Amino acid sequence: MEETIRKNTVKYQKLLQKYIETQDEKSLYDLELISKAFIKKNILPEELINLHIQAMERIYPQLLEEYKLSMEFLLEATVFYGLALQEVDYLRQEKDVLTSEISVAANMQKTLLGTQRPEVSGLDIGAISVPAHQMNGDYHHFTKGSNGTIGIAIADVVGKGIPAALCMSMIKYAMDSYPEATMSPNKVLENLNRVVERNIDPSMFITMCYAHYLPAESKLRLSSAGHEPGYIFRAETEEFEEVRAKGIVLGVMPDATYREYELAIQKDDLIIFLTDGVSECRDGDRFIETEELLEVIRKYIDLPAQELVENVYQYFEKLQDFQLRDDFTLIVLRKEV
Amino acid sequence: MNPRSCVNIHKEWDIVGARQLGREMAKEIGFGTVDQARIATAVSELARNIYLYAKNGQVCFEYIYTNSQKGILMTAVDTGPGIKDISRVMQDGYTTSGGLGAGLPGVKRLMDEFDIESAAGEGTKIKAIKWIR
Repeated sequence: MEETIRKNTVKYQKLLQKYIETQDEKSLYDLELISKAFIKKNILPEELINLHIQAMERIYPQLLEEYKLSMEFLLEATVFYGLALQEVDYLRQEKDVLTSEISVAANMQKTLLGTQRPEVSGLDIGAISVPAHQMNGDYHHFTKGSNGTIGIAIADVVGKGIPAALCMSMIKYAMDSYPEATMSPNKVLENLNRVVERNIDPSMFITMCYAHYLPAESKLRLSSAGHEPGYIFRAETEEFEEVRAKGIVLGVMPDATYREYELAIQKDDLIIFLTDGVSECRDGDRFIETEELLEVIRKYIDLPAQELVENVYQYFEKLQDFQLRDDFTLIVLRKEV
Repeated sequence: MNPRSCVNIHKEWDIVGARQLGREMAKEIGFGTVDQARIATAVSELARNIYLYAKNGQVCFEYIYTNSQKGILMTAVDTGPGIKDISRVMQDGYTTSGGLGAGLPGVKRLMDEFDIESAAGEGTKIKAIKWIR
């Protein structure tokens, strides 16, 4: 730091003198470069003022005493600016540490909570899940039972960011311990509810939908814990059908029970699951209407499932100026045969 | 050769007295303008803490010498409520600063060495040294 000041003392003095004599812009531009070098080396404002005082005294040895005193006065005034600057700098460094820790955590979360879309002949599956911030408070996963049953879980913690993300790990590990494929959807939710109720803060809760798709019978069985309704696009009528399943959110009542719903799925029908980050997308200050969401899905309905969800996501990402307000998860399954 | 001079702090005016003594002693031993200003600012912060939180205390100055360096040591002592959580008050951005960079972290920055001892109910002792560059 002192080295930088020493190196620039003569330069500063020359520039100052030249400027006083000619008021040229070039000196000011060169001064800008010195300032930048000083900021880079954390030279504080009081050091710069001091440099100025010394330069002036060297160029004009006959300076007025009043002027000199006024410069000392100015120097005193800048000491606190220097302190505030150093504090901000420290806080910025601390923020960088936090940001990089969070990005490590977010990567870890991706690995821990990651799921593969199962390959099933006759079934085209698409899924996208994008967090609003770095950590995702939505969760989804797929399982494939030995009997061919496809298990689909989609969940959303109230809230977002890190607390929500931590909560989601709990869901994932609780589910890992269940024989999912042979357990009916309502039992899965009843078990999870007990785990969640015992382990999370009363102010938090989770909405979730759990479904089994049975390819052999072309049936969808599902239960919902207060989750956003899903939809089925019926190929025959080209209409969307809302899948409204009742059930209390996870984590509120210790002995909640859930109803199981069963739906017949026809060829080319599209099953849609989502979180409220999708249904509550905003256009300016206005929440979008369900019809708008369904129209967007309809627009891409002929695309393969994965392209469909990606296009819908890109549409809403753009609509919201690339600033997601909430975690966004959208899953679709199309029965192809 | 090494006198120790002190200022008692119990009213706001005493902060000015402490600044003045600190500055004069700093100037005397050969600190430059910038460091004089920094020392005075550090004195201000310490004396102000005493005035605001402990009501009564003392700020003392003495010169210190090693083989290669000379400098000024200031000691701020009070018998106030003490500081329960020292790491908290030493944290940047903690309430007292209000974004001004002030408070004890500010003093630590202005000076070269800093040491604090405090016990709840017994008061606080802060020592800070600035060496001549």
